[in-house]
Amino acid sequence: MFIINCPYCGEREQSEFKAGGEAHIVRPKQPTELSDDEWAEYLFMRKNIKGIQLERWVHIHGCRKWFNMVRDTSNDQIHAVYKMGEKPPIK
Amino acid sequence: MKNKYSIFSLIKNAFTNHENWQRAWRDPEPKKEYDAVIIGGGGHGLATAYYLAKKHQMNNIAVVEKGWIGGGNTGRNTTIIRSNYLWDASAGLYDHALKLWEGLSQELNYNVMFSQRGVMNLAHNLQDVRDLKRRTHANRLNGIDAVWLSTNQVKKFCPIINTSQDIRYPVLGGTLQKRAGTARHDAVAWGYARGADEMGVDIIQNCEVKGIKRVGNKIEGLETTKGFIKTKKVGVVAAGHSSVIADMAGLRLPLESKPLQALVSEPVKPIIDTVVMSNAVHAYVSQSDKGELVIGAGTDDYVSYSQKGSHEIVEGTLQAILELYPIFSRMRMLRQWGGIVDICPDASPIISKTSIEGLYFNCGWGTGGFKATPGSGDLFAHTIANNEPHKLNAAFNINRFVSGDLVDEHGAAAVAH
Repeated sequence: MFIINCPYCGEREQSEFKAGGEAHIVRPKQPTELSDDEWAEYLFMRKNIKGIQLERWVHIHGCRKWFNMVRDTSNDQIHAVYKMGEKPPIK
Repeated sequence: MKNKYSIFSLIKNAFTNHENWQRAWRDPEPKKEYDAVIIGGGGHGLATAYYLAKKHQMNNIAVVEKGWIGGGNTGRNTTIIRSNYLWDASAGLYDHALKLWEGLSQELNYNVMFSQRGVMNLAHNLQDVRDLKRRTHANRLNGIDAVWLSTNQVKKFCPIINTSQDIRYPVLGGTLQKRAGTARHDAVAWGYARGADEMGVDIIQNCEVKGIKRVGNKIEGLETTKGFIKTKKVGVVAAGHSSVIADMAGLRLPLESKPLQALVSEPVKPIIDTVVMSNAVHAYVSQSDKGELVIGAGTDDYVSYSQKGSHEIVEGTLQAILELYPIFSRMRMLRQWGGIVDICPDASPIISKTSIEGLYFNCGWGTGGFKATPGSGDLFAHTIANNEPHKLNAAFNINRFVSGDLVDEHGAAAVAH
């Protein structure tokens, strides 16, 4: 359990949020031209990083807005929170 | 040659205060080269090594484990064994494992305390009733024992369940697989380790894999904390850390690693002689031979390798347990833990070769890998030895995520994760 700083509402308990998985996976621009391998890559394959990961979260029991997070998955430390469309604050 | 465990060896060793038992497995340093190396000394990895040596005569092999054997999810799960899965492919896989469980203590000369006490799955709403009845029919068509129980039959089979129809999620019935049950988790790892060691398998503990060396598309060996180990075949059975190992080989897997929690109570006298699982309210409980209630909670929905889960996951499970078993309201919990499970999008495992020659993965067991330990090891050994899957694990190849031929077992995970 940890505290998440929602960019719209401020600090709230993690139980108010839902994780949305790896961030910055771009939806293919030309879906009809994708091969099966490319579809598999887009739909299923994940980095599943042990360490610093960029991921999406939604404040499902609050403002219901999506945002991104930089989190260390090895110890659940949150390093930064940033809005959708913004560049990650760290590399 | 290992001494055989028996009542006579027990009596004999009693005379010397049990101080002269033979070592169950050696503690070797790695050789320079092996015919195959298994990464991960949990139940599945040790079983793989055991069957590679036993059935495929591959004796020049090693298991490398970064901690101690059986110290990961093998040693911290709720030990439930069953095979009542919906789809044919899963039924074949899990029932193969269940059949191996039935003779495992004799096979290994090691008491794995396999107890076929039955597993009951409860239904709490009309959809549960339909789904579970459908699963019962599917199981029976696949030759797996399964029966539907009415609410009264549930109560008769496990009298401490609150079957009042006035509770928030009343029990509307359930299914029962009588051949299902539990086993002693540590003993499974130790039994396979002892058996594999006897056939010459090197079990190398405190040896973490740091890199995978390949030339072109072929495996050359492993960089480990105990030096470089040359090998042409690598079987990865690293559960929650599968993606980390895959990354060393430049592969991506369709996995997400999440914390799964469980807890045990203080020991009490025998009160529940079966395993009861409930999907809708997410609670499952059994009693260990020591008398502790073994309670399984759920996974968190975010990726984490922290081996800690959220408090509300445990809270939700205990709320459900208390409504179903009011008798447990004053039980005190002894300990709680989280393990990291690797979950596939279709909640089915991957037992497969990969696009890299000589690299094999056995992963994605998610929240329910323990039950499959013997079957998983047997089929993975077959896949590694022959470079081709056995017909029972052909459906669980990694290419199903490209072809779309998924084995969707979210419903049969018995509890929703």
